[in-house]
Amino acid sequence: MEIGQHISQRYNQELEDIRSQVLKMGGLVEGQAEGAVKALLERDGDLAKTISKQDYKVNKMEVDIDEECARVIARRQPTASDLRLVIAVVKVITDLERVGDEAAKIASYSIKLAEKKTVTQMYAELEHLSQLVLNMLHDALDAFARLDVEQSLTVISLEKKINTEFNNLSRLLITHMMEDPRHIKNVLRITWCARSLERIGDHSRNICEYVVYLVKGKDIRHTKIDEVLPEYFPDDDEI
Amino acid sequence: MTTAVGTLPGTTAATLESADPKPIIEPRSEFDIDISGTVGKPFVDNPKMQSRNCNVFYDDKQAIFDIDLDIGKNEIIALIGPSGCGKSTYLRVFNRMNDTIPICRVTGEHTLDGQDIYAKDQDPVLLRARVGMVFQKPNPFPKSIYDNVAYGARLHGLASNRSELDDLVEASLIKAGLFSEVKDDLQKPGTGLSGGQQQRLCIARAIAVDPEVILMDEPTSALDPIATAVIEELMDDLKTNYTIAIVTHSMQQAARVSQRTAYFHLGKLVEVNDTNQVFTNPEHKLTENYITGRFG
Repeated sequence: MEIGQHISQRYNQELEDIRSQVLKMGGLVEGQAEGAVKALLERDGDLAKTISKQDYKVNKMEVDIDEECARVIARRQPTASDLRLVIAVVKVITDLERVGDEAAKIASYSIKLAEKKTVTQMYAELEHLSQLVLNMLHDALDAFARLDVEQSLTVISLEKKINTEFNNLSRLLITHMMEDPRHIKNVLRITWCARSLERIGDHSRNICEYVVYLVKGKDIRHTKIDEVLPEYFPDDDEI
Repeated sequence: MTTAVGTLPGTTAATLESADPKPIIEPRSEFDIDISGTVGKPFVDNPKMQSRNCNVFYDDKQAIFDIDLDIGKNEIIALIGPSGCGKSTYLRVFNRMNDTIPICRVTGEHTLDGQDIYAKDQDPVLLRARVGMVFQKPNPFPKSIYDNVAYGARLHGLASNRSELDDLVEASLIKAGLFSEVKDDLQKPGTGLSGGQQQRLCIARAIAVDPEVILMDEPTSALDPIATAVIEELMDDLKTNYTIAIVTHSMQQAARVSQRTAYFHLGKLVEVNDTNQVFTNPEHKLTENYITGRFG
């Protein structure tokens, strides 16, 4: 699977531009997510405010890339792998924009949480979940950049682990709330942050599904990962 | 480019060349890619026409290599590929149009409804009544619109009297989507129509002898987008009664009108698949390269 090699150099350039824009947006979103998590865990209100303010940059990139994709469809009528690239990009940036939104949400809760000192004891679990999710997002973007199907499937299979972590953390947070009802407000904020992290994991999985579609032309959405391999890649040695 | 705009007559060829440099074409890699067989689904459950081990030679030069392909009943199959890949030559195999070229030799088994169309007792003229053809350039006879359509019917004795012939001409023109535009001008020469109308007249002429299969060799390449759309719409209507095989250079056209697409390369059939698949996820690298406009 390659992007270049078109007879029209200009077409190569247009597709390459779209792809590099997506990678740039991915970098921006990853930075937002990392910043939001850092602000949350280190109770850094100023950083949280910065992250929250920067969300517009992500939104703008989504609009710009969407427009560029529409232009390529109108002018080039892409087919086969080019068509799949454009479709995958349109979907990937939607998920990236949502990741940006979740990061902004975490940041805005972090602003409030930074003012309270009372709830630090559940941060260890939160830190673990954040690391898992940030790694997942990083690997998903990496899989998109390298068009790596194998890595995409690995990332997709991580979702179960994230869900388990999230459920464990929820249970723990409920216990905290029952122990001391004065904490409910802040523990709820933490719950919402955890929920946002879990959503970022979901979006990372979606991105990986689009990578599989882009490279292999197979739509594996809404299919359990254990069924994906035998059903879609029955005799594929590459995977 | 800007220098070329203001160029006066007498400017040397060298300046023109430097103003518009030829793109550097990278070496073609086609010989690295296996085209020994056909990938995809060349066979269908309900074939109208079948072709097995088809080879076509012009003198000692081979143009078509070992092609197996079915054309399904009431389907539109598009044959695509670069110039000189043999798609038109192959299309002409199906109604023995290649018989008219003395140096051309066709081998293999070819059937229509299971009957050998190259059998010794098969009259090619009768075959062409069952397997009609529409060409790239509209070629109405220098006769009236009416006579153009009635020509084949007269030749094959399809109408026993004038009123039957009138009905047949009218029905054919209606099917070809031309009747409302020419109904008051049936005695005017067919050559006086616009390009798109002439092409529809040729389709009406092909339909008039009630064929089962219609072969179309780039039927819209000389037409504007509106006339093209009219003919494509017509093809969609025709497919309920006829089987259509179309050769086209426009990949968008193949994508729009056909159910299956066959990709030819250097006289070989590289891939046949559902059109949806060919244009979203082709199986063969060469098909992919061709339809996405890549080298090789």
